[in-house]
Amino acid sequence: MKIHEYQAKAILAKFGVAVPRGEAVFSKEQARTAAERLGTPLVVVKAQIHAGGRGKAGGVKIARSPDEAASIAERLLGSQLVTAQTGPEGRLVKRLLIEEGLDIRQELYISFVVDRAAGAPVLMTSAAGGMEIEEVAKQRPQAILRQVIRPETGFQPFHVRKLVFGLALPIAVRNTATVFVESLYRAFLATDSSLLEINPCVITGDERLIALDAKMNFDDNALYRHPEFQDLRDLDEETPLEVEASRFKLNYIKLEGTIACMVNGAGLAMATMDIIKLNGGNPANFLDVGGDASETRVKNAFRILLSDPRVKVVFINVFGGILRCDMLASGIVNSAKELKIPVPVVVRMEGTNVEKGKEILRNSGLNFTVVDGMKDGAQKAVKLAKA
Amino acid sequence: MSILVDSSTRVVVQGLTGREGSFHTQQMMDYGTKIVAGVTPGKGGTKHVGVPVFHTVAEAVLKTGANAALAFVPPPFAADAILEAVDAGLPFVVCIAEGIPVLDMVRVAAAVKQSKTRLLGPNCPGIISPGQSKLGIMPGFIHKRGHVGVVSRSGTLTYEAVGQLTRLGIGQSTCVGIGGDPIIGTSFLDVIGMFNEDPDTHAMVMIGEIGGNAEEEAAEFIKRNVKKPVIGFIAGQTAPPGRRMGHAGAIISGGQGTAKEKYAALRAAGIHTVESPADIGEIMARVLGEAKGARRKLSSPRKTSTGKQGKRSRK
Repeated sequence: MKIHEYQAKAILAKFGVAVPRGEAVFSKEQARTAAERLGTPLVVVKAQIHAGGRGKAGGVKIARSPDEAASIAERLLGSQLVTAQTGPEGRLVKRLLIEEGLDIRQELYISFVVDRAAGAPVLMTSAAGGMEIEEVAKQRPQAILRQVIRPETGFQPFHVRKLVFGLALPIAVRNTATVFVESLYRAFLATDSSLLEINPCVITGDERLIALDAKMNFDDNALYRHPEFQDLRDLDEETPLEVEASRFKLNYIKLEGTIACMVNGAGLAMATMDIIKLNGGNPANFLDVGGDASETRVKNAFRILLSDPRVKVVFINVFGGILRCDMLASGIVNSAKELKIPVPVVVRMEGTNVEKGKEILRNSGLNFTVVDGMKDGAQKAVKLAKA
Repeated sequence: MSILVDSSTRVVVQGLTGREGSFHTQQMMDYGTKIVAGVTPGKGGTKHVGVPVFHTVAEAVLKTGANAALAFVPPPFAADAILEAVDAGLPFVVCIAEGIPVLDMVRVAAAVKQSKTRLLGPNCPGIISPGQSKLGIMPGFIHKRGHVGVVSRSGTLTYEAVGQLTRLGIGQSTCVGIGGDPIIGTSFLDVIGMFNEDPDTHAMVMIGEIGGNAEEEAAEFIKRNVKKPVIGFIAGQTAPPGRRMGHAGAIISGGQGTAKEKYAALRAAGIHTVESPADIGEIMARVLGEAKGARRKLSSPRKTSTGKQGKRSRK
């Protein structure tokens, strides 16, 4: 789950991490008031969207007065901000962060991420702060220090010493760095984050360490134990169909094609998208309907799939293990009758009670093409989509 | 022979009395798996689907001599269940649950590494040695006993591959689901190594997907150590970057972990790659046929000084 910069900073502040003084605002007048309250000669007006590259795209602007802050806010709010990470359609800006301007002497990169190869969190740091870290990783990998934090030891002071001396940080910052990084790590663990990125972490003119930007991604699997994060979710940042799907606990990702897929199991769902492409078609989505595809779930899955106007055919590919084919077939038939499905449906079923299931489909009197095998299904679906 | 599970495996099911636990325990017993105990705290001393239930794993192991555990426990409690099985000294634990928080698995993986326990999963369908034992949720009837080892990150995609193999008369020694999470107990590398040492496994199928570098790591090992034929399929050639495709571990991140890269690594290691998921069985049949032909050529009968033929030509 992603959250906004201002939300991440609020969380980090609670863990004692130094962040700039600032306020989230939603209107030009609020921007003016916030700038007045901050009282610094400069304030920074930052568009809040779930994507990076905002600065380069004009989404981060300096204001020299509360009036200027207000006019910048007016321009940004309601605009479509297109950055290198948003895709060409960009994101609608509805929230801004008004922050005190800081005297920046140096920019660093600090992040924690769970590294799957190491099976543990990794602390990544670099003196190349304020840049695309993936670019740095490609061009100057030696500029990035990596430190595995083993769960047996937890966070150790020497982890910070390696960072401080490895990056040749000024003496004045060495002690505060220990508290700063350790607090970041505590926040990372306590929030069940999968990524906590401070880019840039700045050293100010008066030698303070401050998180100038903050990005936190939460582990979706851990959200059940963080009910307080529900309020942080910004549905405007998510694709409407995907939001709808998540309400029904359906694993759905919208794509660009015309052949909708309903599959049980993520690996098989990906393979179904692949075989459609291999046969000259284009998948409209990824959808894992899961192992307990009850009639309700099948019905909701159909509704989500068919809400995409591009869909010309639905390809159902189910290998019944836990899932029983006759139950699935009944669910499909009942849903189709209720929803009056306007497009052809290709069904490939395999596994428990498959013959019973196929019979139910054939006897339904509806426009179902029952196929044998994934290849047959993909080929027929592609043909129907082109018709 | 097979790897990890066979007819000597004695299983304790954690969460046996739950809905999933009950259903699959019955399925496993119908298949022939020896389920000797169940664990549900508070229900010790009772019997469920004919299996004695205990309060703790330790007690179950003491009283029944179970040598493997299968955890059918919801994600919030799964890490604890795995650690309890490790603590009870079990050599093998399978965890089915999807949805365990990553930071829980960081702790569990570290604890497992320092123990004598091998963990399979989480977020996996389990493991089956056809005709001998099944620890998991896969449908037994699609499997056939034989000599191809199957290892996969997926559940139903594995069934797809197995179904194709069986239909072509190609049986399986053991099918191992390693799971779809980013941090798991047993890797492709681990299983390939075991298949390599198993005299009953003559060829392997590796089913990977986008995300991470486990397939590349396994490919390196295969290049250096494996002479048995290996075929590989990678799901997610059409997956967009940066999105989690169902499995928590199936995500292309920072341009890494793409299907394209994985296929390249597989090819570089001499693994026969399969582009379409519908062709896995067919390609294995071809590869096995070629291998058989090659063996026949190598051991074609030649008269020795005593005129006797070598046994090797009879495979």
